[in-house]
Amino acid sequence: MIAIPLSWYIVFATVLFCIAIAGIFINRKNVIVLLMCIELMLLAVNTNFVAFSRYLHDPAGQVFVFFILTVAAAESAIGLAIVVLMFRNRRTINVDEIDTLRY
Amino acid sequence: MITINDLLVMLPELYLTAAACLVLLFDVFIRDEQRDATHWVAIIVMLVGIFLVIHGQPDMTVTAFGGMFVRDHMAEILKVTVLIATILMFVIARPWLRDRKLFIGEFYSLSMFSVLGVMLLVSAGNLITVYLGLELFALPAYALVALNRESKLSFEAAIKFFVLGSLASGLMLFGMSLIYGATGTLDLHGIFAAVGTTTHLHLLQFGLVFLVVGIGFEFGAVPFHMWLPDVYEGAPTPIAMYISAVPKLAAIGLAYRLLEVGLGPLAGDWRMMLAIMAALSLVVGNVVAIAQKNFKRMLAYSTISHMGFVFLGLSNPTPEGYASALFYAVCFALMETVAFGVILALARKGFECEMIDDLKGLNRRSPWFAGMMAIAMFSLAGIPPLWGFMAKVLVLKAAIDGGMLWLAIVAIICSIIGLFYYLRVIWVMYFEQPVEGAGALEAKPDLALRGVLSINALGLVAMIFFSGPLFAWCQAAFGA
Repeated sequence: MIAIPLSWYIVFATVLFCIAIAGIFINRKNVIVLLMCIELMLLAVNTNFVAFSRYLHDPAGQVFVFFILTVAAAESAIGLAIVVLMFRNRRTINVDEIDTLRY
Repeated sequence: MITINDLLVMLPELYLTAAACLVLLFDVFIRDEQRDATHWVAIIVMLVGIFLVIHGQPDMTVTAFGGMFVRDHMAEILKVTVLIATILMFVIARPWLRDRKLFIGEFYSLSMFSVLGVMLLVSAGNLITVYLGLELFALPAYALVALNRESKLSFEAAIKFFVLGSLASGLMLFGMSLIYGATGTLDLHGIFAAVGTTTHLHLLQFGLVFLVVGIGFEFGAVPFHMWLPDVYEGAPTPIAMYISAVPKLAAIGLAYRLLEVGLGPLAGDWRMMLAIMAALSLVVGNVVAIAQKNFKRMLAYSTISHMGFVFLGLSNPTPEGYASALFYAVCFALMETVAFGVILALARKGFECEMIDDLKGLNRRSPWFAGMMAIAMFSLAGIPPLWGFMAKVLVLKAAIDGGMLWLAIVAIICSIIGLFYYLRVIWVMYFEQPVEGAGALEAKPDLALRGVLSINALGLVAMIFFSGPLFAWCQAAFGA
């Protein structure tokens, strides 16, 4: 049996993180997708923390993950509330149409 | 072991947690016409908070909960300033909120929770506390920006603030996870100790870059400044006042805790990053501010340039450098409250007083308010002998002592460019005719607003004489 090395986890987390960042910048359609990307970013970080925590035999990293998960839930609640506000005001949640504020 | 002593160390935070919950509950039983009661209770709660912060402050740095919470003099100065700035916002905002039917209890409880987040953040001794403090500050702030549900701009500012703020905290968390991997601990002192012995220096430096990006977002330094002008313009003006003063103070605490307490041995790496962000912020902030017609947007770009000055102080990682940055941020926060306070006092229902042209001829209509705005503008521009000048001299000295002469020269050139837009506001107020038929530019008769704003403005003038002791206090905070 060959154990999965730590580097695999880190590469996986980094790829997830990059997908999330790319999603935030490339996405031109929908604000909900932005919220999903933010969530994905936090999950990438969680993968990192858990992998390091296991590798270092230190439980603190996994405790941090619990806090991140809790905060992420609160964060998406606020995000969705703002999206609802946007839909009430504009009848759309298209990212392209958020352009009143510029220079 | 956790003892009662640990609870006493974080008494101000525990007190504010309980008090904010009680204010939230209290407001449920209040009818709309009695909302003033919530207002005054909130102010008294904050005043007691200041008393607890100062009164219980031990001479030495003490920690609680196994080093997760640190109570030192830097945290004390930041907490007192944050509480004062929030009280100023409460008093100044009341007539404005009432005019727009926004005089609601949520405003007070959300602000108090946000302040609580800042207080935890500046006292953090562990990456977990840093993250939780940051989020506890940010989440209520997103909601506050969206407070005006009718406004077309408010939710847009909130979305931008939310997405970019979450992105910033995500980047910072990613950096934290790498630093945890490289050092094997979440404790800031532990990280400091582990930097010298780690075999994963590159991983650590990679993590450091993410942390610096997160800190840059928090300050609103170029190239991470995009959210700042939109939030200033779109947010309700009292919230813009809060966003202009409080997060900057929090960011000083954040930068000191992460960069010095945690990653001090890597100062050679991060000071150059800060210096480059400082130079970019100074140039972009000052040049773009000239083109602005909206006063709030102009203040946003001016904020960006001021954050460049704060970085000037931070780029010299000595007690003197940190003290000058702290002094600058305190001084900046109290100048912003005057600038925003005057436009809040002049705004009426249906008239926001947020364009620079709206201030035309202010001196004829309300000379005292024109005078206060002039004090704020001269102080922000750094005209001697005002407080803003002292702060600029101190950060410039810190940068030169730190061997960053080029940066000091950039800063001086940029602040001369910056004079233009501050003086334009003064020109408009004193030498132009009021627009006929436009807002009468008469300030609200609210006595508390007038009194507090006048004390704030006169305080800026009086600080000419008290800069020495305050700077000595800041220096003592960093053990100089």
